[in-house]
This record gives sequence, C-alpha cells and structure tokens, in this order.
Amino acid sequence: MSLGIDLEVKQSVLIVRLSGELDHHTSDQVREQVSEAIEKWNIHHLVMNLKNLEFMDSSGLGVILGRYKQIKQFGGDLIVCSLTPSVERLFNMSGLFKIIRLEETEEIALTRLGVGK
Amino acid sequence: MKNEMQLQFLAVSQNESFARVAVAAFVAQLDPTLDEITEIKTVVSEAVTNAIIHGYENQGEGIISVKVKIEGSVVEMEIRDQGVGIPDIEEAKQPLFTTKPELERSGMGFTIMENFTDEMTIESKPKEGTVVKLKKRLSKTKAPCN
Repeated sequence: MSLGIDLEVKQSVLIVRLSGELDHHTSDQVREQVSEAIEKWNIHHLVMNLKNLEFMDSSGLGVILGRYKQIKQFGGDLIVCSLTPSVERLFNMSGLFKIIRLEETEEIALTRLGVGK
Repeated sequence: MKNEMQLQFLAVSQNESFARVAVAAFVAQLDPTLDEITEIKTVVSEAVTNAIIHGYENQGEGIISVKVKIEGSVVEMEIRDQGVGIPDIEEAKQPLFTTKPELERSGMGFTIMENFTDEMTIESKPKEGTVVKLKKRLSKTKAPCN
C-alpha cells in the first residue's frame, strides 16, 4: 500500500489530494512534491483534501505542520478538509486544529480562500 | 485463545507498512473492531518509525523485532531495537517533544501510543537500545464481519 498524491492549482491555491497511506516512508514524497509545486506555481494558499487517506500516523501530522509553516512564511493559509474520523482524532490529540483550519469539503475550503467555481 | 508471533526486519522505512499490516493481520483472529485495528496499526507504525529514525538514526541498518502475544482479548506488543537508546524517557514522552524538528517530526508518537493502548512501558539504555511494550485489551463487542 502506498500513497497517491494528486495536485491541482486553482488561481493561487494548491489543492493536495492524498489517498492511501501517509506514514514516515511516504511523507517525504508529500514534502518534496508540495514544496516544489509551491515554488514552481507561485502558490499562496494550500488546501489538503484527506478524504481518501486510509491510514495516517504522527509522521503525517509532522509533514502537514511542515507545509503549514512553509506557506505561513509568505502569509498564506492552509486548510485541511474531508477528514476521516481516525485522522480527525489524531489532529484533535495533537492540538493542530488550534492553528490549522478544518472545513468539511474541498468546495467550502476553496470558497474560504476566495476561489470561485 | 493464546497465540504468539515474532517478526524481525531491517530498519528501513519501507518496513513501516509491512510491520503494521502484519501485526493487524495476526490480531485479526480476535475479531477486533475497525477502530481497534486502526489503533493497533497506528501504534505499531509509531514505535517502528521511532526505532528507524531515532534508534538507528535513519542509517538503514539495524534490526527491529516485533513480538505480539495474544491471550483472551488482550494483545501485547513489544517493539525492540538495539539502537542508540533514549537518554530521557520522561522528556521523550511529552506531547510535541522531538529531538528532530528539522525532519518535521510532530513529537506525538508516544502520546498516540499511550492514548491508543491501555498500558505503555518503555525500557531504554544508551547505546544498547529501546524496548516499547504496549498492552491493549480489545472490547467484547465485535464489528460486523463479512
């Protein structure tokens, strides 16, 4: 089982859709691909859609927190959306919701960032 | 029911998923709920990742052993490495504490292990290695099984 990373750019927002399993082994791919896309496409905000994430551990929290810090450097925002109950539980346990915004769906997250359909 | 198994594998990150899937498959004979399976996979992943990154300092060398015992509805897991050891266990257990922030570690590993099991003990000696023991009692109510 591995990780699927789907990237899409809408205006200056990078949408990252993850599927499969996010652990220490696969988190490196997220860090590399997302960091590269942020620079390449002049990205201001990030939306991370975790709807199809079947497994995540604390390494996933680490890489998401890392992208939050990265985008925050340029005054941007990171919104996570469509969390499964088990992923949401890890976010709650770590207190990450104190700094990272959660929305129910990708559409709502994009609307919050001012991206229309 | 009483049963026991042991795995030994190289401390490389590819084996994180192997370890958690293998343990989950072994524990499946107790008919755990889906939540319990997720919790078991998560704690195994945390302990094995710690052994790889911290115990063996990401060198891609060293052997990790995972022992699992089941008795009745209790699962006992033991994750062992012969790595560098933990200098201060109490400090390592603090939520958000990490010695490797540059690697984007969240510092939540032991907190998750403690939360998702009933008992966690850590034994560690500098330069000799670390043993993490996790005990989890499974609920009696079973998930519908197809």
